[in-house]
Amino acid sequence: MSMLKVEDLCIKVHDRKTTDTLVQDVDFEMNKGDIMGIVGESGSGKTMTALAIAGLLSRHDMEKSGHIIFEGINLLDIKRNVLRKIQGNEISMVFQEPLNSLNPLKKVGWQVEESLRIHTSMDKNEMRDRAIEALRDVELQNPEAVYESYPHELSGGMRQRAMIAAAMIIQPKLLICDEPTTALDVTIQAQIVELLKRINRERQTAILFISHDLSLVNTLCERVIVMQHGLVKESGLCDDIFNNPQDEYTKKLIAAIPKSPFGI
Amino acid sequence: MTGNNKVKLIIGLVLTGIVFLMLLFGIFYTPYDPMAMDASVSKSISLKHIMGCDQFGRDVFSRVLVGVKETMIVAGAVVLIGVFFGTVVGTLTGYFGGWIDEILMRLNDAVLAFPSVLLALLVIGLYGGGRNTLILALGIAFIPSFARIIRSEVLKIKNLDYIQSVRLFGAGHLRIIVVHILPNLKTVMLSSILIGFNNAVLAEAGMSYLGMGVAPPNPSLGRMLSEAQAYIFTNPMTAVFPGITIVIMILGFSLLSAATEKG
Repeated sequence: MSMLKVEDLCIKVHDRKTTDTLVQDVDFEMNKGDIMGIVGESGSGKTMTALAIAGLLSRHDMEKSGHIIFEGINLLDIKRNVLRKIQGNEISMVFQEPLNSLNPLKKVGWQVEESLRIHTSMDKNEMRDRAIEALRDVELQNPEAVYESYPHELSGGMRQRAMIAAAMIIQPKLLICDEPTTALDVTIQAQIVELLKRINRERQTAILFISHDLSLVNTLCERVIVMQHGLVKESGLCDDIFNNPQDEYTKKLIAAIPKSPFGI
Repeated sequence: MTGNNKVKLIIGLVLTGIVFLMLLFGIFYTPYDPMAMDASVSKSISLKHIMGCDQFGRDVFSRVLVGVKETMIVAGAVVLIGVFFGTVVGTLTGYFGGWIDEILMRLNDAVLAFPSVLLALLVIGLYGGGRNTLILALGIAFIPSFARIIRSEVLKIKNLDYIQSVRLFGAGHLRIIVVHILPNLKTVMLSSILIGFNNAVLAEAGMSYLGMGVAPPNPSLGRMLSEAQAYIFTNPMTAVFPGITIVIMILGFSLLSAATEKG
């Protein structure tokens, strides 16, 4: 049985006279240790899909149908407190904007510890050790100093690493990355992608990587879903889709990847 | 902080410092009994009575000191009520939205539609004057403006990624509100508290001036102004000193709030 199975996921918003369909009939499956990419332009529904899996869509103003089955439990119709337990223990998420993803008033270490504080009964020293270990694990130099610093004292790349540390500290089974590298420059992007690969390899954490950058997805993911206007246009193995795209939109996306003049 | 803000901050601190000195001084010591009348003294300024005496021969300086205390107690309590309930209402409505938001904010609008002085007059008319009723009346009138400020700030913060992220970590609503959102309201709260304090001082002085505040013969700055009005040409100092004290208070707090505002 697959770890995560999304079936016929539809998300509709009813706040206008006409109903907006944001995501329509999305199907995919992920197993333990998979890295899957979702690509598409902005507004294509990729972030909505991710938020739905993470259970972060507010519950009353939109209609969700279909199934999101995570380890046998349908996340769309369980109670909030059960969902919370699963969220904290099994699913984590890294967001796009490292500027906004850490609370400006709290020390980084405190924030990395937050999910331990909620879900375990460790004492302060244990949590501190775990947090520093997690910070070291995301290749931050001098994790003790990072632990004691505030978000504004860190660079964008360091903040994103700290976010990954906070997301990984509870050893989740699924890590959702919503454009984690978009706000970073190219060299840092490559490092973060390497880091995610290593985490995936060492911990067998499944990664759902959302991006509009096809070439980045190609370097990281095994399988990819191409979305446009809330619909899945094409899905399959990265290599197949890159070498032999079937859908018009995918062809255009691939054609839009900038080529280096040396053909690399 | 820009140079301009620094100047504002310094002047504001000096002025509020003067007010707090008067407050402290008034709590522990007044040169004369502020209520003691003495028809034999001269009304003018002298070394014995540095702000002169009023028409009953009461020492104006002592009365101003006690008046400052009364005004500060009323204004402080009013702001406390306003901030507390305003924060509760603002976070509830901003965070949860939906029907709670609709109901509480429409109530809020209803209260806001009345001028605060009118509302206070109504409550005092119903329940009689005195300090506690005044505090209650003004406190209620001050809730909506705080609630609105807090609500808009909560709306802004709750959609930031770090709140989403702790939601995903599995934090409950209470924890998100208390631990993650409220501390981020500090700066907004500080400047709105200072502005609110100003309005409360003015409202208290206004209500006392109308005779709705602190019961006579207890001194209050507003009441002193209204009592001095009849003698404005024969004994102007009894109006000037309470007036200046109110101006110092208001100016000090509004300069402080201007200096603490963001940007």
